Amino acid sequence: MEMNINTFEQLHCECISKNKAIYEVAQENMASSADISVDEVRAFTNRSLFAMKEAIQTGMLSRELSMSGMCGQDCHRVQKRFEAEPAIFGKTFEKIIEYALATSEENIRMGKIVACPTAGSCGILPATLTAICEDFNYSEREQINALITAGEIGRIISVKVALAGAVAGCQAECGTASAMSAAAICQLRGGNVSQILNASALALKNLLGLTCDPVAGLVEVPCVKRNPFLAIHSITAVELALSGVESKIPIDEVIDAMEQTGALMSPTLKESSQAGLATTKTALEVQKRVFG
Amino acid sequence: MKKSTLFDIISPVMVGPSSSHTAGAVRLGLLARNIYKNKPEKVIFKLYNSYAHTGKGHGTEKGLLAGVLGLSVDDRRIKDIFNSDIAKEIEYEFEYCDNFKYHPNAVDMTFIGENNMFISGESVGAGEIAVRKINDFTVKLTGKYNTVLIVYKDMPGMISQVSSVLQYHNINIASLFCDRNAKGKEASMVISVDGNISSDIVDIIEEIPEVYFVSYIEKLEH
Repeated sequence: MEMNINTFEQLHCECISKNKAIYEVAQENMASSADISVDEVRAFTNRSLFAMKEAIQTGMLSRELSMSGMCGQDCHRVQKRFEAEPAIFGKTFEKIIEYALATSEENIRMGKIVACPTAGSCGILPATLTAICEDFNYSEREQINALITAGEIGRIISVKVALAGAVAGCQAECGTASAMSAAAICQLRGGNVSQILNASALALKNLLGLTCDPVAGLVEVPCVKRNPFLAIHSITAVELALSGVESKIPIDEVIDAMEQTGALMSPTLKESSQAGLATTKTALEVQKRVFG
Repeated sequence: MKKSTLFDIISPVMVGPSSSHTAGAVRLGLLARNIYKNKPEKVIFKLYNSYAHTGKGHGTEKGLLAGVLGLSVDDRRIKDIFNSDIAKEIEYEFEYCDNFKYHPNAVDMTFIGENNMFISGESVGAGEIAVRKINDFTVKLTGKYNTVLIVYKDMPGMISQVSSVLQYHNINIASLFCDRNAKGKEASMVISVDGNISSDIVDIIEEIPEVYFVSYIEKLEH
């Protein structure tokens, strides 16, 4: 029977009392609520996973600019540099940056991506998941487990906070994506339920207050480059959580804080392009050039 | 508050750049296509507010047209839809306006063809949509359930007659929404159900006296 889980405390209790991982509880509840089998839930998840990898592959090869001309070639720039000179933190770090840019740039040139949770934040989770699975040889089964774990984190956040920049700012979009990425990687690296929830809490807590002020109202600046930043951000959260570092504020309360912060945030900074980066001199020039 | 599922969070697979302005637009077009059913000769899209102002940079117009033409949200052809052969099959026009009584991401679609139909909808976020008006009737269609739209004469017992047909065929009603023009005049019923309704059941509903018109609207794929 389906268990109605609306908070992380409930999820934690359910996992501990039944001795199950987050992905197990999540896939069983999804199957039960949609009246399908767990295998079908995993097949659906695998399709998303496949589409994420496809977006990365396509994006890595393209140099096509977006409609505004602002974005579309940064992934290429980064790849060229890493070919000549390795990144300070090594190969996996390089891949995460490249994959996040590849996906986000694919998004703004109207390519095919997976909204995860949203299109503007579509590069974060696929970048960490794909790069780390390639470099550490995780199986398809483990990748699906990780993506389901991430999805459950996003789902529970969305019970309290709408995952839309217009409602709660970018903390709700890229912030949630970063928390999901942290959960996915923590699951892959063998984190337990508490460590996974701590990783998500730590990632989210350090992004509270992030506004949504896109230039000319487009999902381009600062969105595209924010994706690699927050992908790397999520790895810091994972490394801390796996070391036993705890978020002093439990994740449910972090989400309460995010909801309150979102409500207090001026509407001019919530996807309306009426303040912040969107009203800088350069942004207004771009807006005029693109929309007249 | 709308409850998201695990699937909502890790999907849809879509062409970018925006779930509300691109994927939502495609889904509005697709649902309108399912409602209208026939192939239109022409469709006039009237975009409101944010859809009107930033639609161009987000491919909103392309998405709406692609949806009406039956393309799904992840179809790579959306990007070049205006130059594609399938777009040559119908005429289309875009209008833009501000009206703060409307949702920020709203569109009116006027279908012109064998019969004319007015469909108004909005993209409510994360690719989720709602059709709010069909011709003169207020409705609420999200594309998540298979739905029957029934237009009938406003009189006692109509809801019970329709629901008995569904009950007899063991169909569970997920939601029911009624509206009418005026007492005793035309009224509408929008019934969303779990599972499918076969065409014979639709025919049975159509045979109820004082039912003017029945349309079965299929849900959108996830």
